[in-house]
Amino acid sequence: MKVKVLSRNPDDYVRETTRDIHRVPRNYDPTLHPFEVPREYTRALNATKLERVFAKPFVGSLDGHRDGINCMAKHSKSLSILLSGACDGEVKLWNLPKRECFRTVQAHEGFVRGIVTRFCGTSFFTVGDDKTIKQWKMEPPGYGEQEEPLNTILGKAVFTGIDHHQSGETFATCGQTVDIWDEQRTSPIRSFSWGVDSFSCVRYNPVETELLASCASDRSVVLYDMREATPLKKVIMKLRSNTLCWNPMEAYYFTSSNEDYNLYTYDMRYLDNPVTVHMDHVSAVLDVDYSPTGREFVSASFDKSVRIFPKDGGHSREVYHTKRMQHVICVRWSADNKYILSGSDEMNIRMWKANASEKLGVLTPREKTTRDYNQKLREKFQHHPHIRRIARHRHLPHDIYKQRREQREMKDARRRKELNVRKHSKPGSVPVETEKEKHVVTVVE
Amino acid sequence: MAATMEAASTKSHVGKKGKPPKRYWDNPTEDSENSHVNKKNRQDGESDSNQGNITAVSPNKELVTEKQNKNRQSKTNHISGSKDPFPGEAPIPQERLKKFQRGEKSQVTSGLRSKLKEAIKRSEAESELAQKQAARFDLLLPEDAGFLEGDEDEDTCTISQDDIADAVDITSGAKYFNLHLSQFGPYRLDYSKAGRHLILGGKRGHVTCIEWQSKQLVSEINVMETVNDVKWLHNEDMFAVAQKKWLHIYDSKGVELHCIRKFNDVLSMEFLPYHFLLATASATGFLQYLDVSVGKEVVCINAKLGRLGVMTQNPQNAIIHMGHPNGIVSLWSPNQKEPLVKMLCHQGGVRSVAVDKTGTYMVTSGLDKKLKVYDIRAFKPLQSYFLPAGAACLSLSQRGLLAAATGDIVQVYRDVLGTPVTKPYMAHRVRGGITGLSYCPHEDVLGVGHSDGFTSMIVPGAGEPNFDAMDVNPVGSLKQRREWEVKALLEKIQPELICLDPSQLGRVDHASWEQRHEERVKILGYDPLAQEKFKPRMRKKGRSSSGAVEKRKKKVAHEDQREVIRKTVEENLGKQKELKKEKATLAAQGQRSALDRFKK
Repeated sequence: MKVKVLSRNPDDYVRETTRDIHRVPRNYDPTLHPFEVPREYTRALNATKLERVFAKPFVGSLDGHRDGINCMAKHSKSLSILLSGACDGEVKLWNLPKRECFRTVQAHEGFVRGIVTRFCGTSFFTVGDDKTIKQWKMEPPGYGEQEEPLNTILGKAVFTGIDHHQSGETFATCGQTVDIWDEQRTSPIRSFSWGVDSFSCVRYNPVETELLASCASDRSVVLYDMREATPLKKVIMKLRSNTLCWNPMEAYYFTSSNEDYNLYTYDMRYLDNPVTVHMDHVSAVLDVDYSPTGREFVSASFDKSVRIFPKDGGHSREVYHTKRMQHVICVRWSADNKYILSGSDEMNIRMWKANASEKLGVLTPREKTTRDYNQKLREKFQHHPHIRRIARHRHLPHDIYKQRREQREMKDARRRKELNVRKHSKPGSVPVETEKEKHVVTVVE
Repeated sequence: MAATMEAASTKSHVGKKGKPPKRYWDNPTEDSENSHVNKKNRQDGESDSNQGNITAVSPNKELVTEKQNKNRQSKTNHISGSKDPFPGEAPIPQERLKKFQRGEKSQVTSGLRSKLKEAIKRSEAESELAQKQAARFDLLLPEDAGFLEGDEDEDTCTISQDDIADAVDITSGAKYFNLHLSQFGPYRLDYSKAGRHLILGGKRGHVTCIEWQSKQLVSEINVMETVNDVKWLHNEDMFAVAQKKWLHIYDSKGVELHCIRKFNDVLSMEFLPYHFLLATASATGFLQYLDVSVGKEVVCINAKLGRLGVMTQNPQNAIIHMGHPNGIVSLWSPNQKEPLVKMLCHQGGVRSVAVDKTGTYMVTSGLDKKLKVYDIRAFKPLQSYFLPAGAACLSLSQRGLLAAATGDIVQVYRDVLGTPVTKPYMAHRVRGGITGLSYCPHEDVLGVGHSDGFTSMIVPGAGEPNFDAMDVNPVGSLKQRREWEVKALLEKIQPELICLDPSQLGRVDHASWEQRHEERVKILGYDPLAQEKFKPRMRKKGRSSSGAVEKRKKKVAHEDQREVIRKTVEENLGKQKELKKEKATLAAQGQRSALDRFKK
């Protein structure tokens, strides 16, 4: 007779000392792990619920400005510094980790219209309503020194925006024309205009660094090449674009924020149709900024909310609002992809988490694995109705909620009317227009 | 010499143009394909050099082989120059790979979008890697299963428990023991999920809780009432006792925690560990589910099949199988008031039902003294045996050993599920009629409750040798058990998810639009897409007279029907036109033969 009976030596299964970690023998046999899918689903459901529970995106506010914030700029080298310009001509430099202002400059009379840091991070430029461009040192003046700009350029007309070249000593301003300036000269080296009376925003392409794009008041978005004497092309839309931002990773895409409550992502090679129309705001969109990864962007709107859109999604994945936040004028995505900064009418700059439920601070390895696992679970079960409902739910302020419903009704009514018109007119005389086609009037080369 | 010269000259440009340089991340399959060619070539080369014949090998080929030889050398040769006798990854047996396969592979068809294609490919690659790694890990499992082999002319079923207990080590030998409890029997029993604790319930009210391996008595009470069944709840701290009237829950010290008066006359119970549900079957014919995490009754089903005493659970999908006096086995989930499946298994009442660990096979025994094996995926009978005494209790171990209680004899069968067997693997006679039979999880032990107490017998090869500590840990510390309890409660599966195929939740719902719409209408109570009935607007100055209103209604009425009619009329007109044209062309051609008049 040969016999063997299971007999486990407890020493093989129990840790040797109390300072040791516990032994966890594994066996991956599927029959020992029944209900794999339902258990995973339950975990995914819990993860989704916890994500909503922990979604507390508001980090803090920077107050100190004495008028509405009109423009903001990230520091090109330091994560902890933010520059902001207000409607009373004051520029403040903020230390973000401490959430305090470390320098205040009375830069202009009237609005500060634009602010930009030089690529090296040692100085910054401001433009204002007093028709001047001023260059300032990043370092605060020493004891007893006067706060004075490095350079001041007196322009002929009001400037509305400024952007600096990625690596060269040139910068661009916009106002009645788009001007290219050399840092050493007091007159523009090149001036572009295309039968337009004013521009609201100018932005350098981050990759093709000689390219520029600007938003004009004749409802067009104009592209320029700095090396040429004339603009490249423009697309005219139904309503005016306020600002635009290039995608930093796929720099042939740019997104413009429009007065018609939408944002439009264009491929600069094919301007006939926008690549994506991003809808969700219920009032004019005032500013847009891409995340450094180029996968998402954030938009600020007159409807007192900030929304985050995936770059190829038609609807926002997140909306931020508070009771006290008024019309959001400007918004920036921090260079470490973690925070969003929004400047609004009621003199506050607010700092938000880019990922609302993210835990800040250093994570232990176990926390990291849990986070990754939960994220994967949420992704895997995202289409299940119960989970989707929880993940999608956002509380909206009453105004936005009401307006959204109203606008949906208006849209439905318009659609219905169009259908009726088509039904009662000669076949083919009322063509079907897609949402993308609706908003572009024409492209001029 | 000439050959080498030629090779060198071709190397300079042909090599560059024809093929990109070989990289280590390139697929080595080409290599292995050509390897035998290489060998041949090498031999050729040797013979060439010997014979001084240069024309046999073309320079180009020579070049390739040279390169590949180098490559191979760099791969298989160690610094010392010795060759690796087992190059590449160790092969995994197909059988073992299959064990870890989950469902079918998703197909990448041509019609899919490229993004989806990529996603499918990536996830397939990931799951394949996981499958392979799990299969490889199988080799590292520390324990082997037990076995019992007789000598040449010895039947294993003749070997007595005493002999086995003598033959094995002391700790294992101590697992065979008898408890003589003749006063309050017959006994029902239940092992806890980890297999450390045992609870015995005597018909006449004796309930005792034992840590059976160390033979320590945890608690002992007499409930002074008939005990029909006992069951552990999710851990060793609580157990449920089905008493004469109500269902009671005690803690391990024997303190009564709850008396649940909604559950009366319970005859048998099953605990679903992942759902935290206690399923009870009562003498009045009700199947009830109790959620033990919140203490609420989930559902109460009137089975309408008479007295319910025979029940078991399918551990793979938490479906309750119940045997009935009319020979039917019915399958139940808490989500349906009717049985999911009704199978006629026996002529005469069903005495016992058991389902194996994989949820594939069901074994039943009936009053017709038959023992039947069913495939419960296809609901088909596989085997049918005749047991002269009939089996009162059945139990299936983790490794598929079937224990059947025939009178006072326990018979254990091996491989009973797939192939027909003729004689038992083991047999053991106890001192009274058997009323309870249960294998201890992760141990080679079968517990037998009978009218004279309890017998723990050794059945080598019954238990799963390697447990997974993330699932259940028999040697876990108190802290680990507490942690496990919290985790398990967080992962409690809702009773709504119990269905015949639990993996269905992970598949794509192919319900058609109509189906989904119907469900939506059912939930909402109205059809959200139904056309609104036209209500004419109220107009002033006498224009809303009933006649005018009717007129306006008529204008709108049958709008969609009109559209259809318009289309059909247009089609008909078109057809008629075509016919006319054909006729006209025929007439124009003037080719009317005499036979045309017979045409229709």
